Amino acid sequence: MSQIAVNVEGISKIYRLGVKERGSDNIAGMIWDFVRSPLNNFRKYRSLYRFDEAELQGLEAENGQMDDILWALKNVSFSVDEGEVVGIIGGNGAGKSTLLKILSRITPPTRGEVTIRGRVSSLLEVGTGFHPELTGRENVYLNGTILGMRKREVDERFDEIVAFSEVEKFLDTPVKRYSSGMRVRLAFAVAAHLEPEILIVDEVLAVGDAAFQQKCMNKMQDVGKEGRTVLFVSHNMPAVTSLCDRVIWLDRGTKVSEGPAREIVGEYLLAGRSTMACRQWNDTDTAPGGRFARLLATRVITEKGDVAEHFDIQQPVGIQMEYEVLEGGEVMLPHFRVKNEDGVLVFVTLDHDPEWYQRPRPAGFYTSTVWIPGNFLNEGPYFVDCALITRHPDIPQFNELAVLSFAIAGSMEPGTARGDWPGRLKGVVSPVLEWKTDYRKG
Amino acid sequence: MDSKSDNAPIVRIRPPGKWEGIDFQELKDYRDLFFFLVWRDIKVLYAQTIMGFAWAILNPLIQIVIFSIIFGKVAKLDTDGIPYVLFSTVAIIPWTYMSEAMSKASQSLVAGQSMLGKVYFPRVLFPITPVLAKLVDFSISLLLLIAVMAYYQVPPTWNVLLLPFLILLMMIIPAGIGLWLSALSIRFRDVKFAMPFLIRMLIYSAPILYTASSIPDEYRLIYSLNPIVAVIEGFRACLLGTEIPWQFILPGTIVAVILLVTGAIYFRKMERVFVDVI
Repeated sequence: MSQIAVNVEGISKIYRLGVKERGSDNIAGMIWDFVRSPLNNFRKYRSLYRFDEAELQGLEAENGQMDDILWALKNVSFSVDEGEVVGIIGGNGAGKSTLLKILSRITPPTRGEVTIRGRVSSLLEVGTGFHPELTGRENVYLNGTILGMRKREVDERFDEIVAFSEVEKFLDTPVKRYSSGMRVRLAFAVAAHLEPEILIVDEVLAVGDAAFQQKCMNKMQDVGKEGRTVLFVSHNMPAVTSLCDRVIWLDRGTKVSEGPAREIVGEYLLAGRSTMACRQWNDTDTAPGGRFARLLATRVITEKGDVAEHFDIQQPVGIQMEYEVLEGGEVMLPHFRVKNEDGVLVFVTLDHDPEWYQRPRPAGFYTSTVWIPGNFLNEGPYFVDCALITRHPDIPQFNELAVLSFAIAGSMEPGTARGDWPGRLKGVVSPVLEWKTDYRKG
Repeated sequence: MDSKSDNAPIVRIRPPGKWEGIDFQELKDYRDLFFFLVWRDIKVLYAQTIMGFAWAILNPLIQIVIFSIIFGKVAKLDTDGIPYVLFSTVAIIPWTYMSEAMSKASQSLVAGQSMLGKVYFPRVLFPITPVLAKLVDFSISLLLLIAVMAYYQVPPTWNVLLLPFLILLMMIIPAGIGLWLSALSIRFRDVKFAMPFLIRMLIYSAPILYTASSIPDEYRLIYSLNPIVAVIEGFRACLLGTEIPWQFILPGTIVAVILLVTGAIYFRKMERVFVDVI
């Protein structure tokens, strides 16, 4: 029976951005302002964190539209079960970091209550409190105790920490003589050996070289498998989908949605875009089309034929158009253009179904589907133009730009182009290619 | 795992409310961190210096020399017949400790603000750390004191038994002032600029350069409210074997304790919002 480890109820956090400065435009006014400034400053700095109940209600009524007030979080609630790995995603200013700071008890909420069962360690930064004059050994103890370990616990794990960090040789050298990579490795090694019941991690995995990042990802995965509760904030969507069971999506301080990781990440990647996975024109007058053909519907589908917006990188993506041929007797060429997030045209695909290749089509209703194989498009959102022309002469019948969109989410599972590589691979496509390496003893 | 989490600690995080008590259990849980913070302060203080811990002696020594020349030889202040070097050494050594611990404690939160924003621990550890760390310097500088006393052949008396109490009082004062000023300085950085000025004021307000007996009787009660007077006059009586000045020690102790308790309460009230106002 799993218990609730973290319960967040109606958390809000308000920041005062600091009262705006108003300057006078004449000398007498400036002098007067200067004389009065200590009083004004006193009021300003005193009021920075204060919100009385009446003011809070006023703010809520006004929907937070006061210019010096920022709602970093607004009425956010969720709960995390023991042993769950939950990701928190959202754009800049979504309130992710504020949420972590509240959960880590660094800053209090303005409203609401959080209940946490179990020992928490939070990792908002690696190497907090590292002192350059202290040796590696001393910093391990200092940093470990800062992160909430007892000295005895550091003693027990000391050898493991050192082995993980790969800086054995320099343990008794002051940290100021370390390279930045060594410092980060040592700091992460301490953090990785925390054994709290609940671990709160901000985007700290993006440190060190690729090999070390890989090591960190593996460690994170182990932590999840050990049945510990983890809250994880990241911009690295593949990391989120591969580490987390569930994802909470924040936007401008409110919770947009939460659910299975892959689904929410897909939704998030597509957010703010007006297009969708399915378009239908019920009114034939407004449906795009020309003299010979008219578009009725277009959609993105899974292998099972369901409309879907997000796909795993290994899954094939079906793009479909339904159209009506109004006047028979023309050779027609339905086609799709697929563009990525940056607007780069990835490919154009033409309907070369042998049955209709160079063959005039009679009037009637058609459904054409093209399949993009799995392990082909790279991670990210895609946009589809849907078009049809008649041949000889080439006359466009319809050409709907960016009418569909869908997203591909990466994973670190074997059988993908990434394999166990932790980061997103660059490039437009991400095919799985065959490799062969020959070895010859030198 | 399950059996462990059944009796797991439950933490409730709520908006900052009214006055809160001090969580001694939590402080106990963080004692290892406290130890390492103190030890860091000690270790780092004289890092990459040639003289190292000798500075703990040089610093008061130079002050003693200067004061002895100016106030002892030139101004010829009355010291109730005690040689001026001896008179000032006994005062300057606890004073050096108090002034350094006080200014370090007051700046501790601003200096450690990057840590405050990244990790939770009882914030009170910060201002308290220098109060303990500076004891190392103090202990070393006691060697100087012993040397001066030996030179003037001052025999120890039973008054020395009061010394542990005076050392405790000497620690309570910077702790109390440090709690107040560190919490204030997070909100108002003016504290940083006022600090050197405050220290200079305190050195003249306490009987470091002159004797407390030169204060006119009608001001003596007000004068005794300054807890630093109690420490300095107490140290003198203790080490030089003169009459113990209870008229200074009692009111000074009361004021010091009030400072410590109110400082802790104010600090406790403010500590949760520190990060928001840094």
